[in-house]
Amino acid sequence: MSTSTSLSEASITELDRKLILATQAGLPLVSDPWAELGRQLNLSADNVLARFQALQEAGVIRRVAAVPDHYRLGYRYNGMTVWDVNDDRITDLGTAVGELPFVSHCYRRPRHLPYWSFNLFAMVHGTTREAVEDKASQIRALLGDACQQHTILYSSAILKKTGLRLRR
Amino acid sequence: MSPVEKILINRLQQGLPLVRHPYAAVAEELNLNEQQVLDSIKKLLAEGVLTRFGPMFHAGELGGGLTLAAMRIPDPDFERVAALVNEFDEVAHNYRREHELNMWFVLATETRDAIEKTIAAIEKNTGYPVYNMPKEQEFHVHLHFPV
Repeated sequence: MSTSTSLSEASITELDRKLILATQAGLPLVSDPWAELGRQLNLSADNVLARFQALQEAGVIRRVAAVPDHYRLGYRYNGMTVWDVNDDRITDLGTAVGELPFVSHCYRRPRHLPYWSFNLFAMVHGTTREAVEDKASQIRALLGDACQQHTILYSSAILKKTGLRLRR
Repeated sequence: MSPVEKILINRLQQGLPLVRHPYAAVAEELNLNEQQVLDSIKKLLAEGVLTRFGPMFHAGELGGGLTLAAMRIPDPDFERVAALVNEFDEVAHNYRREHELNMWFVLATETRDAIEKTIAAIEKNTGYPVYNMPKEQEFHVHLHFPV
């Protein structure tokens, strides 16, 4: 469930698709990137900019931003913390966990009993394992007696990382 | 990383203002000049400190399918199965994690109903079950790594 104002799928136009394809590798690094995109797509810079603003307003674009390689910034420990939270408390507790500044992603996902009893996922990064554990203990305190059990799944290898791509 | 680069990395993770000259706007905010901002972003991308600079799309709003899936693979078979799973274009990220469920990947497909088809194909090719864990509710997402 997204909190953004939803743009219906039908209103993602062919133009939007072209804009997404033209920028999925990145925004042009020139003074007026909208004019540069406009040249590629035969549109005015004002049109391109207005469409970007509309897409961001609708939540199709979260933001136009830098994505760092978190390993290169020293965040070597990537802990997927997972929690078994009472279903009737998950909306308010998930919202509270998502508001913690060090939680980068937070989702409710289905259980798969008996192998998987966790329904709340919160991604936590740290420069040390202790830093991740300290952050997890803050989540633990917040969840209180609504949480039966939890664990932290550290990543031990990146097997593939290509990001999301639309095909042409 | 220079002090200017650190300031820029922190600021640019938060999102560019959508104005006609966005790099100049950020430069003014930070008391830098536009060329410094553009050159620093290019350098950080070339060095791999930034993996990308541009719009971050909300895949769920694009009409495609997106899910997280996990598998439980015995150690001796892990590499073979990882190679089979990674062959799928729909697999965007794949991580080995320290748990009984030891392979975790994100599937991104052009249409929503392609998710189930892809999962069935992965199960068929590898011979192991896939645990599908689509998001049922999204709480706040803020990918920010202060430096």
